[in-house]
Amino acid sequence: MLDTVPITKEEICKPENLVYGRTPLMTDATLSYCPGCGHGTIHRLIMEVIEEMNLQADTIGVAPVGCSVLAYDFLNIDMQQAAHGRAPAVATGIKRLMPHKFVFTYQGDGDLAAIGTGETIHACNRGENITIFFVNNGIYGMTGGQMAPTTLPNMKTATSPFGRDIETMGNPLKITELIAMLPGTYYVTRQSVHTAANVRKAKKAIQKAIEYQKLNKGLSFVEIVSNCNSGWKMTPVESNKWMEEKMFPFYPLGDIKIPK
Amino acid sequence: MTEEIIIAGFGGQGILSMGKILAYAGIMQDKEVSWFPSYGPEMRGGTANVTVIISDERISSPILNQFDTAIILNQQSMDKFESAVKKGGLLIYDPNGITRHPVRTDIDIYTVDAAYESSRMKSSKVFNMIVLGAFLKIKPLIDPEHMHQGLEKCLPSRHHGLIIENEKAIEKGKEIILPKYLMN
Amino acid sequence: MTKTKDIRLMKGNEAFAEGIIRAGCDGYFGYPITPQSEVLEYLSAQKTKERTGMVVLQAESEIASIHMVYGGAACGKRVVTSSSSPGISLMQEGFSYLAGTELPCLLMNVVRGGPGLGTIQPSQSDYFQTVKGGGHGDYKMIVLAPASVQEMYDFTKLGFDLAFKYRIQVMILSDGAIGQMMEKVELDKQLPRLTDEEIIKKYPWATTGKTADRERNIITSLDLNPAKQEIMNRKLQAKFKRVEENEVRFENIHCDDAEYIFVAYGSSARVCEKAVQLGRAKGIKVGLLRLITLFPFPYEEVARLSKQVEGILTIEMSAGQMVEDVRLGANGAVRVEHYGRLGGIIPAPEEVLNVLEETFIKTKTYA
Ligand SMILES: Cc1ncc(C[n+]2csc(CCOP(=O)(O)OP(=O)(O)O)c2C)c(N)n1
Repeated sequence: MLDTVPITKEEICKPENLVYGRTPLMTDATLSYCPGCGHGTIHRLIMEVIEEMNLQADTIGVAPVGCSVLAYDFLNIDMQQAAHGRAPAVATGIKRLMPHKFVFTYQGDGDLAAIGTGETIHACNRGENITIFFVNNGIYGMTGGQMAPTTLPNMKTATSPFGRDIETMGNPLKITELIAMLPGTYYVTRQSVHTAANVRKAKKAIQKAIEYQKLNKGLSFVEIVSNCNSGWKMTPVESNKWMEEKMFPFYPLGDIKIPK
Repeated sequence: MTEEIIIAGFGGQGILSMGKILAYAGIMQDKEVSWFPSYGPEMRGGTANVTVIISDERISSPILNQFDTAIILNQQSMDKFESAVKKGGLLIYDPNGITRHPVRTDIDIYTVDAAYESSRMKSSKVFNMIVLGAFLKIKPLIDPEHMHQGLEKCLPSRHHGLIIENEKAIEKGKEIILPKYLMN
Repeated sequence: MTKTKDIRLMKGNEAFAEGIIRAGCDGYFGYPITPQSEVLEYLSAQKTKERTGMVVLQAESEIASIHMVYGGAACGKRVVTSSSSPGISLMQEGFSYLAGTELPCLLMNVVRGGPGLGTIQPSQSDYFQTVKGGGHGDYKMIVLAPASVQEMYDFTKLGFDLAFKYRIQVMILSDGAIGQMMEKVELDKQLPRLTDEEIIKKYPWATTGKTADRERNIITSLDLNPAKQEIMNRKLQAKFKRVEENEVRFENIHCDDAEYIFVAYGSSARVCEKAVQLGRAKGIKVGLLRLITLFPFPYEEVARLSKQVEGILTIEMSAGQMVEDVRLGANGAVRVEHYGRLGGIIPAPEEVLNVLEETFIKTKTYA
């Protein structure tokens, strides 16, 4: 029999026992994302890097229209909310007028690769010295799971209930590969945050992207393939498995363009 | 004094710049001025015109359909603007290329053989300045000193060497203008 | 001419461009369109980066332009875009967002005829779009209507001042005639651009980077809580009301003894000014109420004149848009008629005087 006295919470939660904490660059607000969604992890990674690089006072972020429209509720930095798809133009305006600030956009696939394709391609092609974080979940999460430009062939969504029919609905858009071809982009990579190992890799990619902006290298583009368990109508565990089996073959992880 | 002028002809005849030089010279002489062009793709090779107003008072409408003076440099413009000259007004035209000459008897009509003269002077560029000289002969609104300043303002400084040539052309225009009834 | 003054012959579009530089503009974002392309051309030729440090960027579309303006304005910068009617239609999304976030900026529309691709010739058919909204939601912008090249220049500084005084968008509603014509312009001295430190002090709401001494700044128009959104909207409306109470501008030309008046703005007002001269020469007691602000609209002045005159004729190069506001002002006290030319045609002074005579004088019945 165990005869030890139960340990209290207070006895455990002491500074000397701390192995992992929350960055003060995340606010106290409870995340509004669905349980299992990757947005929370991605938010935290970006904020951790900004904290570690001591950039809070020099950062201006742009939130998109999409599930992360309220990102500014969670990120303890100055932020602007942009119209649907226009974040790269907004960021261009900021960076051109505040060239010494660290400027990033945080966009979904509908935002970046459908309604904002023009703004995305041109900001990338001009080589705006900004960083784009692109969260690709293959679906329109916020509006309730409609088809996105990145939706896979035969994938069922609210507006492709019988599966995405390539004949009539077109092909999924590999916008990141497209962007990597543009001379204005410096660093283009595709990551995920569904395992601890992937989280560590993604964080490295985010660090590099921010570092390159500090060095005035032009546009860095970090895609994070992420799940949308609600939109995909799966449990979080199922959705991560599905992502590995279906999304990654189409959107393979890894660096797409690295500095020479 | 208010002088309302329309200058009309082909794009490429230097109509807009003639108007601009006249207007800038007007400013140098402390006048109120306005310059209102026809604009857009029609100007490239098509017809072009500009309304220039020079006045001692605040200018009301820069856009007009009745003029004290019409300076006409092609047939289409003759067809359009002969009737737009106010009674007792002035019409100056280059007869070169004109097939239907003006017929009004209630206005003063003069001709200036500027196309011919500019080819004699071996410079098609001064065509518009010959025409301007002709106008200034009949309506000496601007002193030569202020014309000179107007040219200085309108020509980029790398072309200031051409001012003398332009002034010569203005003088030539003053010499060769003729009342229409003397034309044959 | 006093030699100390800097007087030049300039196109309206160029005067606007020079005006924003001298008023201390930080950034201009634009896309070419006739009849206002001279703005971007002039700015591009000015080497503004060297002259004042001002940023000039040709965007990929009017949509991108207005959102670049949004980004810059949210940083407390003096930012500008300009276009002509079809491009302005594309910008409506941005105008609505700028209104919802209360960002100051300066806009200009060199109006051309529509609908659709329409014509490149001057028109005034964007009055409703500009004055009554255009984008979605309940909002207003201050609308200034220049009638001369000098005003194209002067309204840039005035526009910035008003924009920052109220945190509101200011639109200069010009037209192809004012944009393309040249007149004499007297230029002022260059005003310095604000430094980042000055901006942080003057505009504490701007996103300039969160420092330890303040909470984070957020520029957003979103609030999913309807009660809060209503409060926000009421705050906006209160601001528009203050603008209406304080910023009405107009010019009376021979209105004191007038029996008839024209009401017009922009190039139409210039045409009417000539018509007033022609009418007075004929012995007709006619005057002109020239509108300078279209929002706020001078309803009170229209009401006052309505009690004095026997007829009001509005002249606008449209099928009759501004006339609706004049009728609201007159409130039935006097007959208000509209005359306009469409599709890019500018009416002649004789023509509008003739309409006035036909409408009000020749038809007059003596009891
Ligand atoms: C002009 C406009 N059209 C449509 C919408 C509606 N809308 C809001 S979010 C969204 C989809 C966003 O999808 P995505 O970028 O993939 O982000 P996610 O929600 O999946 O994170 C749409 C269509 C809008 N806000 N504005």
